[in-house]
Order: sequence, then C-alpha cells, then structure tokens
Amino acid sequence: MTGRIAELLRALGARIVNNWIWRLGFACRFLWFTLKESGASFRRFHLTIREIYFTGVLSLIIILVSGLFVGMVLGLQGYDTLVRYGSSEALGVLVSLSLVRELGPVVAGLLFASRAGSAITAEIGLMKATEQLSAMEMMAVDPIARVVAPRFWAGVISMPLLAALFSAMGVFGGYLVGVRLIGVDEGSFWSQMQAAVDFREDVLNGVIKSLVFGVAVTWIAVYEGYDAPPTAEGVSGATTRTVVTSSLAILALDFVLTALMFRGH
Amino acid sequence: MATSNLVEVQNVTFSYDDGRQVLKDINLVVPQGKVVAIMGLSGCGKTTLLRLIGGALFPDGGEVRVAGRVVNKLRDAELFALRRKMGMLFQFGALFTDMSSFENVAFQMREHTNLPESIIRDLALMKLQAVGLRGAADLMPSELSGGMARRVALARSIALDPMLMMYDEPFTGLDPISLGVIGQLIRRLNDSLGATSIVVTHDVAEALELVDYVYYMSAGKVEFQGTPDQVRAAGLSSLRQFVYGEPDGPVPFHYPAPDYRQDLLAQ
Repeated sequence: MTGRIAELLRALGARIVNNWIWRLGFACRFLWFTLKESGASFRRFHLTIREIYFTGVLSLIIILVSGLFVGMVLGLQGYDTLVRYGSSEALGVLVSLSLVRELGPVVAGLLFASRAGSAITAEIGLMKATEQLSAMEMMAVDPIARVVAPRFWAGVISMPLLAALFSAMGVFGGYLVGVRLIGVDEGSFWSQMQAAVDFREDVLNGVIKSLVFGVAVTWIAVYEGYDAPPTAEGVSGATTRTVVTSSLAILALDFVLTALMFRGH
Repeated sequence: MATSNLVEVQNVTFSYDDGRQVLKDINLVVPQGKVVAIMGLSGCGKTTLLRLIGGALFPDGGEVRVAGRVVNKLRDAELFALRRKMGMLFQFGALFTDMSSFENVAFQMREHTNLPESIIRDLALMKLQAVGLRGAADLMPSELSGGMARRVALARSIALDPMLMMYDEPFTGLDPISLGVIGQLIRRLNDSLGATSIVVTHDVAEALELVDYVYYMSAGKVEFQGTPDQVRAAGLSSLRQFVYGEPDGPVPFHYPAPDYRQDLLAQ
C-alpha cells in the first residue's frame, strides 16, 4: 500500500517536473533571449508596426463589438440591481469601474489570447514546420530577433490599447442601455462616473493589468509557436495550449494583481 | 589534408536526443569548385550531415571543417559570419510565405548589407533572372508552382554569392521539366559563381548527370565513393539496388515483421 502511494507520488512528481518545471525553465530562457534580441524590433520599428497591424488592428472588430455588448449587459444587470436600492444614478460608476478595473483588461485579454495569441502561435509554428525558421538561421538571421521579438513587442504594445478601447466601448454600451434605453439621468450617469473613477487607483491600475496580460499572453503565444513540434498535430496542439494557458494565466494573474492593487482603502 | 578542400568531415558521429544514432564515423571531403552528391536511402542521415556542415546541428564526435574552420567549435557570431558565405536550398524551398518572390530574394541583402534600395532591386532582379523568374518577382509563394518555388528559393540562396551551396533533396516532387531545369541551374550556378556545391539527393539519374563525385551512404555510413561512372559500374549490391531502383535486395521490400502465416492465423 505504502509502495503504491510512493509510486503514485513519484509519477506525479515526474509529471510535474517534466511537463511544467522544465517547460517553465525553457520558457523563461526563451523570454530572456527574446528581450536580449529585441534591439532590432525598435531599431527597425517597421517590423514591429507590421505585427501591431496583425495582432492589434485586426483584433479591433472583435474587441469593439464585445466591449459594446459587455457594456450593454452591465447596463441592464447593473440597473436591475441598483434600482432595488434606489441608486440607479450610480449606474455610470458601476459600469465604468467594472470595466476599467476588471472586465476591460480581463475580457480584452481573453479575446486577445484567442484571436491574436492563437494566430501568433500558429504562424510561428507553421514557419517552423515549413523550415522557414531553419532557412532564416541558415541565412545567418536569428529568428528570435527577426520573427519572435517583433511579435512579442507588438502584443505588449497592442494589449493595453485594446483593453482601453474595450473599456471605452463598454462605457458607451452602458450609456446606450442605461441612459438612452432605460432612461437613467444622463447628468448623473456621467458626473458620478467622473467623480468616482480615480485616474491612478482605477485607470492606471487597469492599464498595468492589461500590460501584464499582454506580456503573459504574447510570451506564451511566441513560446508555444517556437516550441511546437513541426507537424500539423504539433501546431494544432500548440495553438490550443496557447489559448488554454493564456486564459488561465490571465485569470490567475488578475487575482494576484487585484489583491495587490485594490485593498479596499 | 589538402587545402583545396572546402569541406572536410572527419570521423563524425551523431545521435538524436532519443538515442538513435544516424551517423557513424563519417569521413568525406568536398573539393573547392566541385559539385558533390551525397546519396542514399531516405533516413540514412544525408540531411543530418548537411545540417552538421551548416552548423545547424553539432556532432557528438569528430570535426566538420568549412573553409578551414571547425564549424562545431565556432561561437554563435563566428558561425553566423560563416553562414553568410553559405547558401542552402531546402527540400520544399522554405520560402517566407508572407513575402513576394522579390522580397524573398532581397531578404538577405536587406538583413546583411546597407545597400541602397535601387541596388538591392537590381541585384534581386538579376538573381531572379538567373533562375528565369524575373517575371514572377511580384508573385507570392502561394501563387508559384512547386518547381517555380524551388527556383525562387534557389535565387534567394545565391543572393549573397555564397562560396558553398547546399541542396537538400532539390529534385523531390518536381515534374520532369522542372527537375531538368533545377539540375542545370545547380551546375551552371556552381560554375558561374565559382562556388562549391553539395547535393543531398536520392534522385539517382539526375544526380549522376550533373555531379563530379558521389558519396553513397547507407545506415549512417559512407558505403561507397567515386565518380558517377564508377557508381554506375559499381558491384556493391546495395548500391546497385539503389542505382537501378530494384524493389528487393539488401534493402528488403518488407519492413521487418512476424511470420506472415502466423500473423494471419493469430486471433
């Protein structure tokens, strides 16, 4: 019996060490190399701009439309709750704080992971499978500097901007439903929002969150793509892992960041 | 060893991470200016050997020398400097799919030189002209046929006039016309650039027509070496089977399996 438990524990330990610790170590080294080789991404900024178009600009539609609907739902649900306590004028505060502090960075991060993160992984994975990365290396061009770093920085730059747009669209959605549809007082909606939302406490912390999510998602996406086995199955598995790992990372990081940032004072 | 050898492979052994040994004590030389073929069955270690010469892999034992420098002992920067003098044509071209033919050819020039755009344009068009595809400069890789893609990749690999050209299965999957074109280009470009070429292939007929010397590999070893005429006349049974495409011989038709009758009668 004891032997069986020991065997199970050993198998579990081996699984954790081989699947998680090793990969985490490689991923950290990969991030270090990416940062070290980032010079070209800024010296030849057009490389990064091009990737910002693919990761950021092409994600705009999904981000804006989702932001609008999330804001509209917040408007409906928020009104339904607030009206019970006779404080429906605070709808603007509820909508904006929910978006700026939480939903903006988190939902935009999740959408970014599934739209842009998966695309980055698939692209790098396919470049590897079709020997484009090997060809680049044989041409004395480092794929980490030329392919990975511009995509990494494009993601890091795009993510806070997308989260900000998501929040802005959400506030607009909340306004449409709360003020235009339900009839909450427009002056109260905006003035209470202005008074209650603090730039440093709320907006800046939201931006920091989205920046951290941007680093996490893009790091996972480029690493999974670069590490993908060069087969169709390998690339599809890596793409799935990017979405799953990024989503979990965003939710876990969100808890940690929220605990550090908002302590109820 | 003679100084006129551009590539020297001495006692090289190599195993992959899973322990599978693919190269066993390989020795070969590639003289300057020659076109040398490394032939053998799929999986015999030809491509691995090419990657060792290019410094993409490192041997477990032995030495790989290119232009007098031990490739497996170079630092990253030195290896990259050496690779600028090498060109490699990958099995399926490995063109960058997000760039046009022209941009693919201009890629190395943009990365490694500070040439003005007008000169890069002229040079890239000259390389495309050399492979007969100047008219396809604006086409994307997805718009090219397999043979055209291979030719664009060839133009890209000679972009910086390399001293050593490496071809990894350049004839795979090509129609007879494209195959002949690629074969001619390999010879012509080698001679006009004053380069040295290594062609890894299992396409016997085409290779024997164009190369100066052949290394025949089997199971990770060099089993035979000689001129194309010596290869054709060789008595080695495995080489004969390979050259004349005989279905059965030292390389069996059947993959090792349990007894056929017993396998069928088994539950």
